[in-house]
Amino acid sequence: MTDRQRPGQSKAGVKAVGRALGYLRGYRWDTGGALLSILLLSAANLAAPQLVRRAIDGGLAKMEHRTLMLAVAGMVALAAARGLFTFFQGYLAERASQGVAFDLRDALFARIQRLSFSYYDQAQTGQLLTRLTNDVEQVRTFVGSGVVQVVASAAMLVGCAVLLLALNPILAMGALGAIAPILWVLKSFVARIGPLFGQGMILLSKLSTVLQEDLRGLRVVRAFSGEARETARYSAINDELLGQSLQAIDAMSSNFPFVGLFANLGTLVVVGLGGVLIFKDRLTLGELIAFNSYLGFLLMPIMTLGFLAAHLARAGASAVRVFELLDTAVEVADAPGARELPPLEGRLELRDVRFRYAGSEREILRGVSFVAEPGQLVAILGTTGAGKSTIINLVPRFYDVTGGSVLVDGHDVREVTLASLRGQIGVVLQDALLFSGTVRDNIAYGRPDASMEQVRAAAQAAQAAEFIEALPGGYDTVVGERGVGLSGGQRQRLAIARALLTEPRLLILDDSTSAVDAETEAAIQGALDRLMRKAGCTSLVIAQRISTVRDADLIIVLDEGRVAASGKHEELLATSELYNQILGSQLQPAAAMEAAS
Amino acid sequence: MRRPGSIESMAELEVQHAAHRGEVARRLLTELRPYRGMLTVAMVFIAVGAGAQSLAPYLVSRAIDRDIGHRDLLGLAGTMGALLVVYLVGAFAQREQTRRVGAMGQRVLAVLRVRLFTQLQSLPLAYFDKRSLGDLMSRVASDVETLNQFFSQGLTQLLGSLIGLVGILVTMLVLNAPLALACFTIIPVMLATTWLFAARARRAYRKTRETVGNVTAELQEEIVGVRQAQAFNRTEMNIERFRQRNAANRDANVAAVGVTSAFSPAIDVLSALSTALVIGYGGSLVLAGRLSVGMLAAFLIYVQQFFRPVQLAASVYTLMQSALAGAERVFAIFDEPREPADIPGAHVLQRVEGNLEFDRVSFHYDPANPVLRDVTFQVRRGQTVALVGKTGAGKTTVASLVPRFYDVTSGTVRLDGHDVRQVTRASLRQQLAMVLQEPVLFSGTIADNIGYGKPDATREEIEAAARAVHAHDFIAALPKGYDSVLGEGGSSLSQGQRQLLAFARAVITDPRVLILDEATANIDTRTEALIQQALATLLAGRTSIVIAHRLSTIRTADLILVIDAGRVAEQGTHDELLRHGGLYADLYQRQFRESQPVRSTG
Repeated sequence: MTDRQRPGQSKAGVKAVGRALGYLRGYRWDTGGALLSILLLSAANLAAPQLVRRAIDGGLAKMEHRTLMLAVAGMVALAAARGLFTFFQGYLAERASQGVAFDLRDALFARIQRLSFSYYDQAQTGQLLTRLTNDVEQVRTFVGSGVVQVVASAAMLVGCAVLLLALNPILAMGALGAIAPILWVLKSFVARIGPLFGQGMILLSKLSTVLQEDLRGLRVVRAFSGEARETARYSAINDELLGQSLQAIDAMSSNFPFVGLFANLGTLVVVGLGGVLIFKDRLTLGELIAFNSYLGFLLMPIMTLGFLAAHLARAGASAVRVFELLDTAVEVADAPGARELPPLEGRLELRDVRFRYAGSEREILRGVSFVAEPGQLVAILGTTGAGKSTIINLVPRFYDVTGGSVLVDGHDVREVTLASLRGQIGVVLQDALLFSGTVRDNIAYGRPDASMEQVRAAAQAAQAAEFIEALPGGYDTVVGERGVGLSGGQRQRLAIARALLTEPRLLILDDSTSAVDAETEAAIQGALDRLMRKAGCTSLVIAQRISTVRDADLIIVLDEGRVAASGKHEELLATSELYNQILGSQLQPAAAMEAAS
Repeated sequence: MRRPGSIESMAELEVQHAAHRGEVARRLLTELRPYRGMLTVAMVFIAVGAGAQSLAPYLVSRAIDRDIGHRDLLGLAGTMGALLVVYLVGAFAQREQTRRVGAMGQRVLAVLRVRLFTQLQSLPLAYFDKRSLGDLMSRVASDVETLNQFFSQGLTQLLGSLIGLVGILVTMLVLNAPLALACFTIIPVMLATTWLFAARARRAYRKTRETVGNVTAELQEEIVGVRQAQAFNRTEMNIERFRQRNAANRDANVAAVGVTSAFSPAIDVLSALSTALVIGYGGSLVLAGRLSVGMLAAFLIYVQQFFRPVQLAASVYTLMQSALAGAERVFAIFDEPREPADIPGAHVLQRVEGNLEFDRVSFHYDPANPVLRDVTFQVRRGQTVALVGKTGAGKTTVASLVPRFYDVTSGTVRLDGHDVRQVTRASLRQQLAMVLQEPVLFSGTIADNIGYGKPDATREEIEAAARAVHAHDFIAALPKGYDSVLGEGGSSLSQGQRQLLAFARAVITDPRVLILDEATANIDTRTEALIQQALATLLAGRTSIVIAHRLSTIRTADLILVIDAGRVAEQGTHDELLRHGGLYADLYQRQFRESQPVRSTG
């Protein structure tokens, strides 16, 4: 996914732009209206010099005041009509293109909301954001102006050429011959500027990467006195960007003046050759002046087409990226004929479950089986990479198993609808994420219609009520990126309250808390205990705390994707060496301390 | 949900309309000063170009009146020759001025970018504490981009159209004053129209900036939170909510275009009106014998040329407005006070033993909210001090005062008896190393990252450092070993491995004082064992300040400081503090007692 324009890509780009143009069908009236307006506008433009000619040849040459004034009145009327058509063309084209942008963003957003976790394991936030903002905008500008401008320019070019030929074929051939090199100049310009645009984009994104790394690693940079090197790194890319910009300026400054020059040469031919034709009485003065005006009309469409061609590459690259995302398959979706999952008792069974990440050789889970009866607390223990998180991700179908099956109350999770499944599962993920909004919004995230009492009760149960009430605005305090900052422990308790409020039948949680101070840890512990023992709720927990495993109805010890041992705490202490080893490493410091004292 | 950000940016825009603008414009102009010579030459070319532009229609009119009127073939050839020269000179002048003005703009921009980056490098950490990184990033990027647009498109057009406009006005007056004056009657109408539209367009576009901001903010948040959304079944609801914001943005844009797309037709109509005026009034003058037909034709061209710069000026005006807004924010960053420089006569700190002393140290951002109050403690060389306390108690601030990320507001921090403010920052920081909880790595190879604090390190030194912290084995197992490139999607190192790299980076500089924000999160037991061993290497013989989470570190520390609400609540060794039965004993009980029954049964 780079902005480099490879030869093969441009064809795909053109195709993607074509597909984007298809979205205009939804706005056929706006598009049609814009097209009609611009055709009428072109006609009005072409008519204007005729009136000038009439004013000169009919009015001035023959000294007829009335003809002159009629022509002038016609010009004013024409100008008003032109204004009206210009407005409608601009407005309607914008409406259509904004509509297309809306449709694209809407579809993209729905897609990113539904894409599976496996997609996000690789995707980068920044890149996705760029696709929905910049790329859609690039496509929009091109789609909005593109079609209409191409049609208008073509109409204008053909119309002008025909009129010129009709007015005076000899003069027309001469003038058109004089301005023909413009096409060649533009072509070489487009060929040169396209790659430069692409390079510029790459360099800009490199610059912002350096800036981002530098700001994110501020303390490290300063602690290691890395300022000079960071600046050198930034300057180097900046210099490269400057060089590229100067080349782009060179391309523009050595092409555009020649476009103007050739256009002027057209005027030169018209006046020079036209003068000779007037000598021979084969042209009138008014015709000559009208001729000159038409020549001016030719220039704009040629420039427009050149401009569009220069942007086609960019819009094409953007369109390719947009559709690439739109066409990404949603891996986890409702199966055809998926049923609603009836209200759960809470029995969970993993039956010979196997899992491998897409594109990975390694099997993370290699035949895991266990049963959690309704209301039981099942703890999963194991070293990193043993597959703990994978197991809890399979139950709400964040991923689908690659072998075996996950059953809730005897239903294979792949055969019920996602909404009815996830609606009955409460999840506390390791990363306690807050959304911008109030504390209340955040707790009620999974149940936006919850009453204030319910929210308060959930906060209480999660041991969050106390700190929430101490916040400046209580439950209405705005949190998230721009709001009040909360500590890791506080965020975690909000996440627990969020899960509690949905009254799940099945609770899944990752108990590995990040480094928080002892007091916070105690509070979180209390909240989690409350959560896990909620009446009748089956819990599946990645355990780190000894208190959790001690009380678990079943402990699953994972090793390299297999269940190495399972049972209750006492049994495992007696029988499983691995279990003792895992717990032991946590206990070491305390043991050492005991030994020392 | 309310978004305070948009209100903030609105307020920022309002500031724009205040008196600042002239000041900002003046300051932006001073940035051009180093290019005075270049600019002068460019102005000459612009003037030549404008002259050529005004002269050409005159030559056309002369051809029509004198040569064609008198059927003078030789004269016509002469005039055409002159016209060719004028056109060539015009094209050449245009080329030269575009190149010069464009190059100047890009150079100014490149300088501004580096200066901005350097400035950000030099701002005190307190500046960044108050701001969200994402905000700062996007502001820097978008503000510089508005300046780029202005310099790359606006400036040439502005200079060109202003001079061109003056040239044309003067020529018209010289050629035929009455007709010129009649044409000029359109000017006030046009100015009024422009002004009217500009005000409306500004309002409309302010609205679109707000709606676009809402769309982007929502996108960013929902992309980051997509896992939560799926876990909580919010997908459909989020899609619906985004649809509303998306639609609001579409409607605001369409409304804005409703205003702007009426502008250019309005100017077109005015332009056509003046053409009609030239032909109508000019025609009467011709009929009355007071104007030649050729001159009339020339005037027609002048009127067209006259409206082109006016139309350009309108678009340049919008570019200029946003460039000024961007420049103001960039200048605001320039104006932020930098980290205070080394005091005059600051001496270079020679290699220290590592005796560290905090003497009645206080620190605050604003006097009403003290962060640290009267912190006093001493650590002898080679000792480890563990900072313990609640989140937000001030532990990180204590650690940040040693490398002078902040300067104390009162009291003194001394290293081997030297006040850290009396020595050069570079020599102070050279003897310190820092390992943060979240290991920060930079894009580049593993070797680059380890050698970050010692750019001249040899490959042997880098390997030795990696070996010392037990990172060599996993590095050597990578396909490209030490030359493996980090970042750019390919970073598949685990958190523990990244932490080991950060250790290696610290150990290679052989620091006398080590500051460690201990990480316990997301590290599995096996890597943790490695990290413990590496830590032992790291701490050996060095004075260390550890923001401690692990019991093992706390227990073996030579000194434990319990920080509570910015004060040292208790200090002493583990056993002393336990015996004392205060805050520490309390924390210890809650955090670590859990483990004891298991041990006793096992």
